[in-house]
Amino acid sequence: MAGSIVEFDRVGLRYGTGAEVLRDLDFRLGEGGFYFLTGPSGAGKTSLLKLLYLAQRPTRGRMSLFGDELADAPRDALPGYRRRIGVVFQDFRLIRHLSAFDNVALPLRIAGHDEAEVEGPVREMLAWVGLADRASARPPTLSGGEQQRVAIARAVIARPELVIADEPTGNVDAAMAQRILHLLTAMNRLGTTVIVATHDLGLIAATPGAQLIRLENGILVDPTGALRHPPGAPPRPSERRP
Amino acid sequence: MKMFFVSDADRRLIPSSGFRGPVPLLIAIMTFVMVVVAAAGLALANTASVVKAGVENRYSIQIADGSAKAPAAVAAARETPGVARVEQVPPEDLRRTLERWLGPAGAEADLPLPAIIDVDLAPGADDRAVARKVEQAVPGARFMAHRTTLAPLLDALKGLTLLAFGLVLLIAMASAAAIVLAARGALDTHRSTIEVMHGIGATDDQVAMLFIRQIAIDALLGGIAGAVVAGLILAAILGGASFATSLAGAPPIGWGDAAILALMPIAVALLATLVARSALFRALRERL
Repeated sequence: MAGSIVEFDRVGLRYGTGAEVLRDLDFRLGEGGFYFLTGPSGAGKTSLLKLLYLAQRPTRGRMSLFGDELADAPRDALPGYRRRIGVVFQDFRLIRHLSAFDNVALPLRIAGHDEAEVEGPVREMLAWVGLADRASARPPTLSGGEQQRVAIARAVIARPELVIADEPTGNVDAAMAQRILHLLTAMNRLGTTVIVATHDLGLIAATPGAQLIRLENGILVDPTGALRHPPGAPPRPSERRP
Repeated sequence: MKMFFVSDADRRLIPSSGFRGPVPLLIAIMTFVMVVVAAAGLALANTASVVKAGVENRYSIQIADGSAKAPAAVAAARETPGVARVEQVPPEDLRRTLERWLGPAGAEADLPLPAIIDVDLAPGADDRAVARKVEQAVPGARFMAHRTTLAPLLDALKGLTLLAFGLVLLIAMASAAAIVLAARGALDTHRSTIEVMHGIGATDDQVAMLFIRQIAIDALLGGIAGAVVAGLILAAILGGASFATSLAGAPPIGWGDAAILALMPIAVALLATLVARSALFRALRERL
């Protein structure tokens, strides 16, 4: 197995003074892997995704991304890591007053690309998700499925090393769902690590070789230990004997 | 100046409120008041210095029991080194002055008049030596500095000048507080855009710059509008102020003062920009 892109070591998360919503998460995700995150509603999937795309810090434990410990990383360091992650939010989170083109172009512009480097890839990406003729449309004028495709295009436009998608096929028809899955697997073949939170068993079945991360009541279900000790992965520092 | 030159894409991220928003109007009103009060302060300061310069070396000799002793006092003063000018105020002038105060009775010939002699000293002259000389020549004569007589007026002018500049400072502080509220309001209005930008990897600098540019432009436009209106009103007032000019010997507001007033909108825009920057970064640091 290649090195770990995500490593959680006894990670816990609570909001305010409430009970822990994630408890003792212990797992490693290999670079270039394809993972499905499943579990019943309220199991903590969204909270785990928030940790992964650095919208939350764990309240305990160690968490590393791209080989760097980030649980206590300075706030100023986080944007650099966020640029290496593409996120498809379940509620899309498109900027309502920007066109589809500008929404998709946003990661490239934030990363400092010139306008000359933005136009071509964005047009290409919009064409790929079937929205070439909707480039000037604003999100409120797009259907749910179209908004989801814009959100996916925005997540992958900057070729991130890690793509995190929360129910990416929830609002699209079967053909588009297939197409989105094809995009994600194609990116995965090029080396991108993909984590998809989904309830869609068909999607999981259509992706041979993908691994499952199952959460129940904030706890990782890992009966075989394959997530905690991926085959071929070196032992963690905390597991090494002196 | 970089903040004023941003891409169209950045401009689209935070749509401009232009003159429709409250910030330019607020800044225009604040700048208008600030320029008017500052102009009043400068005019008071100028008047005080003109009055002070006018009386700095001017003295009076007062002889209470009539003008018979005046020639001796004039002669004594003239003999003293450092005395530039000695001139007795004509008794007719004194009577005319008294007539204004007392009516026709003031002009009666049997009303005893004091003698008053104006004395100008050269800069650096020893006024006590002149006083001694006059006292020796005419016992009982009083040698008085005009600056002592006018001290309460000069103190009042100085106090009013300080008050005006204090008010300018207070208005600047109120403007700064309003800008802080406006900056926080702008962040709240665009909260979802900021969350998306942060999630995609935007730094605080990138986010803040979008708002700072907007506030800087609004503040500059509002400041210039307020200053222009204030300038027109001041020009109208001072244009007909030949009386003040003749009274003080100089226009109440000179070109240097006008330049200071003209720079105020730029100072206001700079202040707004710095305050907004600080408020925005503080607010952004409260988020992850």
